Amino acid sequence: MRLLTHNMLSSNIKGVTNGFPLRIEIEKVVEKPVDFNPEFLRNMFPKIEWKALVNAARSMGYVELPEEVEPSTLYSEDFLHKFHHALLELHLEEGALVCPETGRRFPVSKGIPNMLLHEDEV
Amino acid sequence: MSSRIAQIRLVSSHPEVYEPCDDSFALVDALLADRTNLLQHQPTLCLELGCGSGYVITSLALIVGQAAHYIATDINPHAVKVTRETLEAHGVHAELINTNITSGLEKRLKGLVDVIVVNPPYVPTPEDEVGREGIASAWAGGENGRTVIDRILPVSDNLLSKKGWLYMVTLTENNPLQICLQMREKGYASRILVQRLTEEENLQIIKFWRDSDSQVAEKENKTVPAKVMESFLSQFHIFPFLRGSNNDSS
Ligand SMILES: C[S@@+](CC[C@H](N)C(=O)[O-])C[C@H]1O[C@@H](n2cnc3c(N)ncnc32)[C@H](O)[C@@H]1O
Repeated sequence: MRLLTHNMLSSNIKGVTNGFPLRIEIEKVVEKPVDFNPEFLRNMFPKIEWKALVNAARSMGYVELPEEVEPSTLYSEDFLHKFHHALLELHLEEGALVCPETGRRFPVSKGIPNMLLHEDEV
Repeated sequence: MSSRIAQIRLVSSHPEVYEPCDDSFALVDALLADRTNLLQHQPTLCLELGCGSGYVITSLALIVGQAAHYIATDINPHAVKVTRETLEAHGVHAELINTNITSGLEKRLKGLVDVIVVNPPYVPTPEDEVGREGIASAWAGGENGRTVIDRILPVSDNLLSKKGWLYMVTLTENNPLQICLQMREKGYASRILVQRLTEEENLQIIKFWRDSDSQVAEKENKTVPAKVMESFLSQFHIFPFLRGSNNDSS
C-alpha cells in the first residue's frame, strides 16, 4: 500500500466523524522504485492532504518532506523527488491502519488494506 | 505505441475468484476501442470496482500506461490477492483495497477519479444471494440484476471528476435503457461501445460521461434537446432487445 492510498482512506465505521487520517501501525515497510513523472506529481499535489502525507511518511521513517509547500516549490526537482518517494515508493506491506476515533484496526496484509466492516459497524 | 492487454496465461486464479469471461473480454474490447480517447483524456486517477482476477485493471494499466495511478477494489479477499499476482506478472501496478464497493474511499476520492471501470455482479438472482461470501457474489445481482449496479451508480457519480468517465457492463435484463435515462437525470450522456450476444447473454458495455447539454437541461429543469435525445435513443432502436422488455414479440 502506497502512502497515496493511505491519503485517500478514511475510517468508514458508522457514526465516526473524524476518520481521517488513519494511524499507521508498521510491521513491514518495503520500497519499490517507480518511474519519476513530474507531470503526474503536479496533478496529484492539489488532491493530497499534505499534513497527513508528511506525518504518514514520518511514521514510516522518512522525514524529508517539508511541512509547508509554496506554489513555486512544485517546480523544484529536489522537492518533487522527495514527494515522489513518499507518495509512491514507500509501501506499507504488513501492519494496520487504525481509526483515529475508535481505535479499530484495519489490517494490511501483503500490501492490501482490509476495510470490510463487521455487521454492527455498518 | 503498444496496445497490449492482459494475457490469459499470466492471469492468476483461485477457486473462489471469478475467471475472465465473455463479459470481461467485452469490457476490455470496449476500452481498446476507446483507446485513442483514453490516451487523449490523460487520466490521473483510474479505479476499478470489483476487480476479480485483475484481468481488466491490468489491461487498463497496459492500455493507458503508468502515467496514471490505478486503484482496484473487491469485496472478496481472494480476488484482491489474485489481482495483485496478475498485475505483478504483467509488470504493472495498481493499489488494491479489500472493501465493499468503495467504502473508506468515498470521502477523500470525491470528485477525483477520471476513469471508473466496472463489470458488476449483474445476473438476476434472489435478493439474499447478493454479497454472500465466495464466488456467488461475483455474479449475484438480485432483482433484475440491479442491486449492486444501483449502489454503484450514485457512488460513481460522487467519485468521478468533472471530466470523469464510467465504463460499465450490463445485461439486457438489467434494463440498460432505464439505467442510461437515470444517469441522464444526473447529467450524464451515454453510449454503447460494445454490444455482444453470447450463447447465454446479451451484454452491453456502456460509457457514461458528464454532458454539459443534459446538465444544463437538468439545472433549468428543461428537457434534454430533442436532437440529443433522439440520437441517444436510436441505439436502442437498432437493438430492440436493449429495451429490456421480455414480451417483445419481434
Ligand atoms: C462479474 S465479476 C468481474 C470480475 C473482473 N472485473 C472481470 O471483469 O473479470 C464481479 C466482481 O465484483 C466483486 N464484487 C461483488 N460485489 C461487490 C461489492 N459490493 N464490492 C466490491 N466488489 C464486489 C466480485 O467479488 C467479483 O470479483
